Amino acid sequence: METVIDALGLTDSFQLLSLSPPGWGMNLLRGLANSVKIAVGAYLLGLVIGLFGAYGKLNGGPITRDLLAIYTTVVRAVPELVLILILYFVGTDLINKASSALGYGRVEISGVAAGIGVLGVVQGAYATEILRGAIKAIPVGQIEAARAFGMPAMMMMRRVTIPAMLSFAIPGLANLWLIATKDTALLAVVGFSELTLETRQAASSTRAYMTFFLAAGGLYLIMTLISTFAFSRIEKWARRGERPMSGDAK
Amino acid sequence: MNSLRSLLVPHRIVMMVLFAAFVLWCALSMRWDWLPKYLPLAIEGIGNTLLLLAVSLVVGFLLAVPIGFAQAFGPFYLAWPARIFCTVIRGTPLLLQIWLIYYGLGSLFPQIEGIRDSVFWPYLRSAWPYAFVALTLSVAGYEGEVMRGALKGVNRGQLEAARAFGMPRFMLFRRVWLPLAIRDVLPTLGGEAVLQLKATPLVATITIVEIYSVASRVRQDTFIVYEPLLLLAVVYMIIAAILSSAFKFVENQVPSRR
Repeated sequence: METVIDALGLTDSFQLLSLSPPGWGMNLLRGLANSVKIAVGAYLLGLVIGLFGAYGKLNGGPITRDLLAIYTTVVRAVPELVLILILYFVGTDLINKASSALGYGRVEISGVAAGIGVLGVVQGAYATEILRGAIKAIPVGQIEAARAFGMPAMMMMRRVTIPAMLSFAIPGLANLWLIATKDTALLAVVGFSELTLETRQAASSTRAYMTFFLAAGGLYLIMTLISTFAFSRIEKWARRGERPMSGDAK
Repeated sequence: MNSLRSLLVPHRIVMMVLFAAFVLWCALSMRWDWLPKYLPLAIEGIGNTLLLLAVSLVVGFLLAVPIGFAQAFGPFYLAWPARIFCTVIRGTPLLLQIWLIYYGLGSLFPQIEGIRDSVFWPYLRSAWPYAFVALTLSVAGYEGEVMRGALKGVNRGQLEAARAFGMPRFMLFRRVWLPLAIRDVLPTLGGEAVLQLKATPLVATITIVEIYSVASRVRQDTFIVYEPLLLLAVVYMIIAAILSSAFKFVENQVPSRR
């Protein structure tokens, strides 16, 4: 192994990337862990917002529907970077005002929590649209049947709506997860040390830009490929028992 | 007429009044005195944003067509590189790609013998070529995937008809295959265009003066936080609205039987 690395002239690169202190590998992995943490948190928050948003858009009153329309339109038209800055400043401002009104001092907001909150709001807008479309694609008869059995709303959501819509929603949700993992990189711009920022710091202190950016790209790519694989398994599971679509049956 | 009536429902009137009150409050009680001073810079910034958007969309799409075609119908030595290119572009954050191209390639160029004396050096030292390349490759990657599906989805009968007319292969592609493919994915392309607009502020991190970086500069110079950001959001919403209505207009030009 080492002779191969030597022969390729990559010894320096591997030393830079090694996990023990002279190398920066540990920093990159710590950044990756932060990225994953934020992506998972933001994705879950986005799903919850999206589920309520979709229900509001489909069943809510006119005011709820209009407010949700404004939310999804604005969030999807303004760059994530700008939203992150606005929500970050507004959020910290509001929390600090609230805490000083309650008699506490200034609160230091953790980067992870802020990142999850901000990206979650962004993800929620996209999730709302995906889940709304998926719920609308459920054959009406299934919902009517559940209603005819006298199911309460929550039980119907848990037992009928969510399982029936999953197969329609999963391609969109898989895409959304990939967007979540990539959007964590934007937090580098506001100075949160996730993978991209850690990489840049490592690169600029060693001047080995190519090595570190390529390594980080590899880490992101591995994350993407694993996620794609996992989602294709989940999709197969969500489609179990469905008749194959006419396009697939060849 | 109909859309006007749907706007005049009581709760919408109340919402519009509230919105107008909010705009008025913004105009009166927030600080806008920095605006005249930074207006020329802001206009230049909007121009640069639009330039980056237009160039990357057009060139990226021109690259996306062969990439999509190679993925769908090419021999393996073209299909695999195209597929890997799309996977890599779509699987890594654009910010990382921009930094890789700007800092990574930018650090390699000076090592080339004699490049500092060449005519290209002034361009290679500025951030613009790197920004254009990064944004264009991103469009090519995302739309290459879209075009793959689109080219595959075109009705065989149309192509056979064109071939039966004796069209040469390139003419068939230009006149029948590509237009039919593009027509099917116009809504997707419109969505991608808006996503690309939202990706342009990332090049502000490599010193390009576009509208986002103008707003950041106002914030740093004057310590005014909300006003430039609000204005920035409004500018992006206006550009996004124009983009998506332009794509809607083109979509409506396509005759359809539905």
